[in-house]
Amino acid sequence: MATETLTLGKALNTGLRRALENDPKVVIMGEDVGKLGGVFRITDGLQKDFGDQRVIDTPLAESGIIGTAVGLAIRGYRPVCEIQFDGFVYPAYDQIVSQVAKMHYRSRGKLNIPMVIRIPFGGGIGAVEHHSESPEAYFAHTAGLKVVSCANPQDAYVMIQQAIASDDPIVFLEPKRRYWEKGQVDLDAPISEAYPLHSARVARAGADVTLLAYGPMVRTCLDAATAAAEDGRELEIIDLRTLSPLDLGVVYESVRRTGRAVVVHEAPSNVGLGAEIAARITEECFYSLESPVLRVAGFDTPYPAARVEEEYLPDLDRVLDAVDRTFGW
Amino acid sequence: MAKGDPGAGPRGRRAAPRSRKAVTGDPELVQLLTPEGARIDSVTGPDGVEYRVDFTDEEYRGLYRDLVLVRKLDAEATALQRQGELGIWASLLGQEAAQVGSGRALRTQDMAFPTYREHGVLYCRGIDPIMPLGLFRGVDQGGWDPNEFKFNMYTIVIGAQTLHATGYAMGVAMDGKTGTDDGEAVIAYFGDGATSQGDVNESFVWAGVFNAPLVFFCQNNQYAISEPLERQTRIPLYRRSAGFGFPGIRVDGNDVLATYAVTRHALDNARHGQGPSLIEAYTYRMGAHTTSDDPTRYRIASEVEAWQAKDPIARMKAFLEREKIADAGFFTEIDEQARREAVDLRERVLAMPNPEPTTLFDHVYPNGSPLLDEQRAQFSRYLESFEGSAH
Repeated sequence: MATETLTLGKALNTGLRRALENDPKVVIMGEDVGKLGGVFRITDGLQKDFGDQRVIDTPLAESGIIGTAVGLAIRGYRPVCEIQFDGFVYPAYDQIVSQVAKMHYRSRGKLNIPMVIRIPFGGGIGAVEHHSESPEAYFAHTAGLKVVSCANPQDAYVMIQQAIASDDPIVFLEPKRRYWEKGQVDLDAPISEAYPLHSARVARAGADVTLLAYGPMVRTCLDAATAAAEDGRELEIIDLRTLSPLDLGVVYESVRRTGRAVVVHEAPSNVGLGAEIAARITEECFYSLESPVLRVAGFDTPYPAARVEEEYLPDLDRVLDAVDRTFGW
Repeated sequence: MAKGDPGAGPRGRRAAPRSRKAVTGDPELVQLLTPEGARIDSVTGPDGVEYRVDFTDEEYRGLYRDLVLVRKLDAEATALQRQGELGIWASLLGQEAAQVGSGRALRTQDMAFPTYREHGVLYCRGIDPIMPLGLFRGVDQGGWDPNEFKFNMYTIVIGAQTLHATGYAMGVAMDGKTGTDDGEAVIAYFGDGATSQGDVNESFVWAGVFNAPLVFFCQNNQYAISEPLERQTRIPLYRRSAGFGFPGIRVDGNDVLATYAVTRHALDNARHGQGPSLIEAYTYRMGAHTTSDDPTRYRIASEVEAWQAKDPIARMKAFLEREKIADAGFFTEIDEQARREAVDLRERVLAMPNPEPTTLFDHVYPNGSPLLDEQRAQFSRYLESFEGSAH
């Protein structure tokens, strides 16, 4: 078994390389993805090895990146688009929700748009405005799109390959503040059998409270679980991995066992994923609940200036405070 | 300068007054058939290219048949909407020559990306004319197979399809399908209003930068619903391409021969690897934008009458008569064929069934979705809960 220690960013790079090797129809396209290797270097070295027809530096136009990728997909290619930062996806929003998401439906299945839209998302890196947003709810709300997020190097490596191999159009959210975190990656992990792309995973088992998170907040919740363990509380952490469709079986099983649930995400709480998850848990696990499902989220403000982003972002203390509150009922 | 001088300081600077009227009346348009039906053998366009067509009599008659049939089918659809059988209809009346000329210039291997008004191009691609009526009746969203007919689905969001066409054309080039006589070319249809959209301008950038084998075919029908051309541009639209680094040309869009010649030339350039070009087919929408608007609110009768005199079918008929390519029997026969096809279309539209309710869950995702499956099952149970339900 070829296991290596990789950063999450390098794991993505390795997964992209594997996808380019395995399927000549895979093309990577975006701003600065070629010689520069992307502003986060996720596509580092790929254009050098696969050429500028496989790894395409594009004009600076997000709608153009997605719209031309639709055409390439109709032509039989499998485009992997990089949106440089979360806050820059909005010029492409129309193409994503009106075209990418609906082509298969509109054509009654005659067209597939097997596209992956990679978006580095979320805060915590001290960036200026428009560089730290969490737009996942916009896309999860749109039928026809699937939305996933990886939280560790192993998942990054496998999930990016699964997303590219899938015929579904997929918004692939990369937790940019975790790009530099290292982990073990099994490079031989099969992309078809290890687990389906759309499956949640228990990141840490526990009996007292279920914490539901994805992307950058999985690490935060794992840290909270370590701290809570010192106080004698066992937190179960579920990494949702897929935001649309949600893999709810794992969630319901856990909540029925623990009786308590807290959803944690960076995006504002208002009409966010947490609201959807809390509603579903309430419908399905009502008689198992010991307390209401709580949310720990970003505030309902625009993403703030970097010097106060630590106040905005859910951290270990806010997560533990919510856990405490679930025991107050 | 003294204080108070109107010329003093930046605030006091006065620009020369500029006309608010756009300059759109460029007379340079390629024409091979005058409104009176006089044939022009060849014309050298402002691009230096000599445009001509060399059709057999049978081919001339075929183009006339196309024009008459698409107009008749379009009129039938308008009538069906008025009778409540279609929710809405976007008529092509007046634009038959632009669509048939460009549509017949396409070769089998070429791919077209339409808006929602290209019923004439659709017809030229060999698609059953009933196909778009499902969309406007509300029983489907357009039922043809884009890959089979090399004609993509109608696109309603203005200009979005120009990017799809550009990407598709990039794929053609990446597949090595350009540079020969049997190379592939792509055509993107859009209107004058669409030229204001970001997507169209982005597609111009991309097509130029990647030398995509693509023809941008703008049917300038003078109005974006009620907004006249002056609300979209200060310059003639075909000149836009110069700023993006590829040729642009204006053609008489009511002249099926010139439209054919110009489009065929641009498509051949594209298939031979010479990159994109922009064609502005200068034409006029004789009817409403769709059956939902009232054009008498925003344009004057004399303008419509002036364009009536440039009618694409009348001039082709005059030419065929003048050159004795067709006789009265031919015209009667075409009219009768059009009538029969319209009746057939009507009967089939009336017989179009509503889709089964649960089909609304079909084809959301190629790989399905467990949450959607659950929702479909719940909805099915709900339907079955009605007493005597057939579901």
